[in-house]
Amino acid sequence: MSTTSSAFVRGSFIESRRPPRTSVGVIGWARANLFSSLPNSILTLVAAAFIVWALTPLVRFTIIDAVWSGEDRAVCAKATGACWAYVKAYLPQFIYGRYPIDQRWRVDIVYALLALALVPMLIPRAPLKRLNAAFLLFAYPLIAFVLLTGGHIGFRGGWLPAWIVAPSPLRFFAEYALVAMVLLLVVGLLARIAGHPVAGSGRAAGIVLGAIGLLLLVVAADFGLEPVETSNWGGLLVTLVVAVTGMVASLPLGVLLALGRRSSMPIIRLASVIFIEVWRGVPLITVLFMASVMLPLFLPDGVTFDKLLRALIGVALFNAAYMAETIRGGLQAIPRGQYEAGMAVGLGYWQRMRLIVLPQALRLVIPGIVGSFISLFKDTTLVSIIGLFDFLGQIQASANDAKWASPVTGVTGYVFAATVFWAFCFAMSRYAAYTERRLNRGRRR
Amino acid sequence: MASGPSGGTSSPRGVLAVINNPTFRGVIVQLVFVAVLAWFVWDVIDNTARNLQRANIAAGYGFLNRTAGFGIVQTLIDYAETSSYGRAVLVGLLNTLLVAGLGIVVATALGFLVGIARLSRNWLIAKIATAYVEIIRNIPLLLQLFFWYFAVLRAVPGMREKWTFLGVFHLNIAGLHVPRLAFGDGSIFILAAIPVAIAISVFVAHWGKGRLDRTGRKPPVGWISAALIVGLPILVFFIAGRPITFDVPVFNETGPILRRGFQSGTGMTIIPEFVGLVLALSIYTAAYIAEVVRAGIEAVSHGQSEAAASLGLKPGQTLRFVVIPQALRVIIPPLTNQYLNLTKNSSLAVAVAYPDLVSVGGTVLNQTGQAVEMVSIWMLFYLGLSLLTSMVMNYWNRRVALVER
Repeated sequence: MSTTSSAFVRGSFIESRRPPRTSVGVIGWARANLFSSLPNSILTLVAAAFIVWALTPLVRFTIIDAVWSGEDRAVCAKATGACWAYVKAYLPQFIYGRYPIDQRWRVDIVYALLALALVPMLIPRAPLKRLNAAFLLFAYPLIAFVLLTGGHIGFRGGWLPAWIVAPSPLRFFAEYALVAMVLLLVVGLLARIAGHPVAGSGRAAGIVLGAIGLLLLVVAADFGLEPVETSNWGGLLVTLVVAVTGMVASLPLGVLLALGRRSSMPIIRLASVIFIEVWRGVPLITVLFMASVMLPLFLPDGVTFDKLLRALIGVALFNAAYMAETIRGGLQAIPRGQYEAGMAVGLGYWQRMRLIVLPQALRLVIPGIVGSFISLFKDTTLVSIIGLFDFLGQIQASANDAKWASPVTGVTGYVFAATVFWAFCFAMSRYAAYTERRLNRGRRR
Repeated sequence: MASGPSGGTSSPRGVLAVINNPTFRGVIVQLVFVAVLAWFVWDVIDNTARNLQRANIAAGYGFLNRTAGFGIVQTLIDYAETSSYGRAVLVGLLNTLLVAGLGIVVATALGFLVGIARLSRNWLIAKIATAYVEIIRNIPLLLQLFFWYFAVLRAVPGMREKWTFLGVFHLNIAGLHVPRLAFGDGSIFILAAIPVAIAISVFVAHWGKGRLDRTGRKPPVGWISAALIVGLPILVFFIAGRPITFDVPVFNETGPILRRGFQSGTGMTIIPEFVGLVLALSIYTAAYIAEVVRAGIEAVSHGQSEAAASLGLKPGQTLRFVVIPQALRVIIPPLTNQYLNLTKNSSLAVAVAYPDLVSVGGTVLNQTGQAVEMVSIWMLFYLGLSLLTSMVMNYWNRRVALVER
C-alpha cells in the first residue's frame, strides 16, 4: 500500500448550480401554471382575452366615463358611464329611507351600537362573550326598538272593569301584576307537588316575570322621542332591521325546533318535523305573501299589525326552520357520551342541554349560522315585492325619480347596490371560513 | 319507581315518583302541547271565518271555476280571458315548470363548467372561475334579476330594430326572436323514431354488456347508440319527405314605419321576462352548482386516481370509471337540492311580472280575495315538489350508498 494516493478526494461540496432561470421566479411560475403545455397556453391566452373583454367596459363604465358630481339629471343625460352624482345625492335616502332628517341621529346610534356590540362578539379572543351575547340578544333589540319607533306604546289593558281603573297604562300594568302573581302561585304549587325546592323555582319564575315586566315598562315609557312610523323607514335601515330581527328571533326558535326534532316525545318530534319541512319547502315569496295577506285574516277584529312587523314575523319563522336544521347538525355532532355523562351526574333534560350540549353544539355551527345569516341578508331584498322599501327597493324607486332620470341612472343604482351587498356578504363569508378553519384546528391532530 | 323507600302509590312519595317519571312527564307535556296547539288553531280558524264573513268572501275552491277575465302573455296551453281562474293557475304552474326546467339545464351546464374550471391546473382559468363564484354568490338574486331584466333587456333596440346573434337569434325590446319548428304532415313518424331508437340502444347496451362478460371485449356500444339516436330520426326525416321545417322570423326593414320590425306570426318570440328570469336563475344557481361539483371531485381521494393509474388505466378511463362515479355519489344529493332551490327561486318571477304560478296566483288573489285558498295552492305545489324530490333522493341514496362492513 503506498502512502500517497493519486485518488482525488474533494474536501468540500461543489457549490450547487443555480436552477435554470426558466424554472424559478416569475418565469418559472408562469411556465408551470400558465404555459405548461400547448393547450394550456391557448387556454391562458383565451382567458386573458376574456378578462380584458369583460373588465374594459366595466372599468370604463364605473371609473373612466363616470360622472362624479352634479346637481341634477343634466350632468348624466349624455353620460356613457356611471352617474355617481346621483348616488351621492341619494345616499342619505339609501341609508335612512324617509326617516325624518332631524331624527336620524337615533338611527346612527342604533347602527353604532350594533357595530360596537358585534365587533367584540366576532373576535374570538375578546372577553365577556356571554355578557356580550346577552346584550345583543336581549338589551340591544329593546334599545333599538325604542330608539327607532320612539317607544311610548299606549297600552290600554284589557279586562279589569273600568270602575276599578280606567283604561290606561296603569290598568295594563295592574293586570300584568295580577297575572304574574297567579303564575308565581301556580309555579310554587307545582314545585311543591313535584318536590322541587319552592324558593328556587319561585326565584327563577320571578326573574323571568320581572324581566318581562321591565321590558313592557321600557316599551311603554315616554322618553320624549318623537314617534316615527315604520312606513317612513327605508333603505339600509329596513334591510338591517329585517335581517337582524330575523336572526335574533330565529335563533332561540331554531334551537327549540332542533331540540324538538331530536326529542323522544313523538308528538313534539312530529310537530317540529312538520313545521321545519313546511317552511323549508316553500319559497320565501309565498311566505311573505302569506304574512301580508293571510296574517290579517288570522287575527281577531280590531287587531292590526304593521306591514313591517308582518314581514318580520314571516321572515323569522322562515329562517327559524333553516336555523333549526343548521343547529341540528351541531347537535348530531356531539358524541353520545356527552349526553350520557350529563345523565350520569344527575342533570335534568334542560340542565343537560343548557350546560353541556348546546354550548358545544352552538360553537360547532357558527359557520353554518353565519352562512344562514348571509342568505337571510340577501333574501331581505324580497320584502320590496310586498311593498316595503329595503335597500334595493329604495334604489329601484329612486332610479325612476324624474329629477335624476337618465339612461344610466338605473344601471348605476344596480352597480352600487351590488357593490354594497357584495361587500357585506363577502366579508361575512370570509368570517365564516375563518371560524371554520379555527374550529377545525382543534380537531386536527 | 315502586322500589322507593315507601313503595305505596297513595303516599306523597308515591305521587312524587309518578310525577318525576319521565314517561308520565312526557305524556303530560305532550298533552299540554296538543291542547295549546289545538286552542291556537281553533282560534285562528275562528278568526279567519269571522273575517271572511265580514268581507263577504265564500271559503272554498269554487272560485276556480269563475271566469278569470285577465290575459296572460305566455301560455303553453290554450287560454283566453274567458277561461276560468283554475285554467289561469294551471297556465302559471306550467310556466313555472318551463322556466325552472330550462333554468336547471342551463345552470347544470354552466355550473359543471365553472366547477371543473376551478380545479383547473391553469392558474388564470381557476382564478376566473373562483371570481365568478365569489361574485355571483354574494349578490342577491333579485338584484341580479333586476339587472338582467331592467338594465340589459330594456336597453336593447326598439320594436323597429334588432340585434342579431349567430345569424338566427334576434333580440329587441319585444324579446328574443328565434326560428320555430314547424311540424308538417308525417312529422309524427320522426317523433316516433326517437323512442324506437332509444329502445333499440337499450337493447344494444344489454347485448354489449353480455358480450363483455362473456368475451372480455367491449363492443363500441356508445357509438352505436349515438348513431342510432341521431341517425334514425334523420333517416326517417328524409324518408318522410322532410316534413319538419324552420319557420324563420321575418324582419321588415322597408315599407311604412309602422309595418317595420318583426312580422307577427312568423318565427317564435320569447318574452323578455322569460329570458331575464332564465338568465338570472341559471347564472346564480350555477355558482352554487360549481361549488357542489368542486367539493364532489375533491372528495375523491388522490389514492383512487393513483391506484387507477397503477392498474394501467389511461387518464380518460380513470376519470370515467374511477373519479366521476365516486364524485357523482357526493354531488347528486346537494345538486338536487340546488335544483329545488332554483325552482323555488323561480317565484321571483313576480318581480318582473313573468306569469308563473306565484305571479298569476297573486293576480287571482287580488281579484277574488281568496287568500287562504290561493296560498294553500302555492304551498301544496312547492311542498309536493320538494317532498317528491326528497323521496326520489332517499331511494337513490339507499341504492348508491357505500356498503360497508
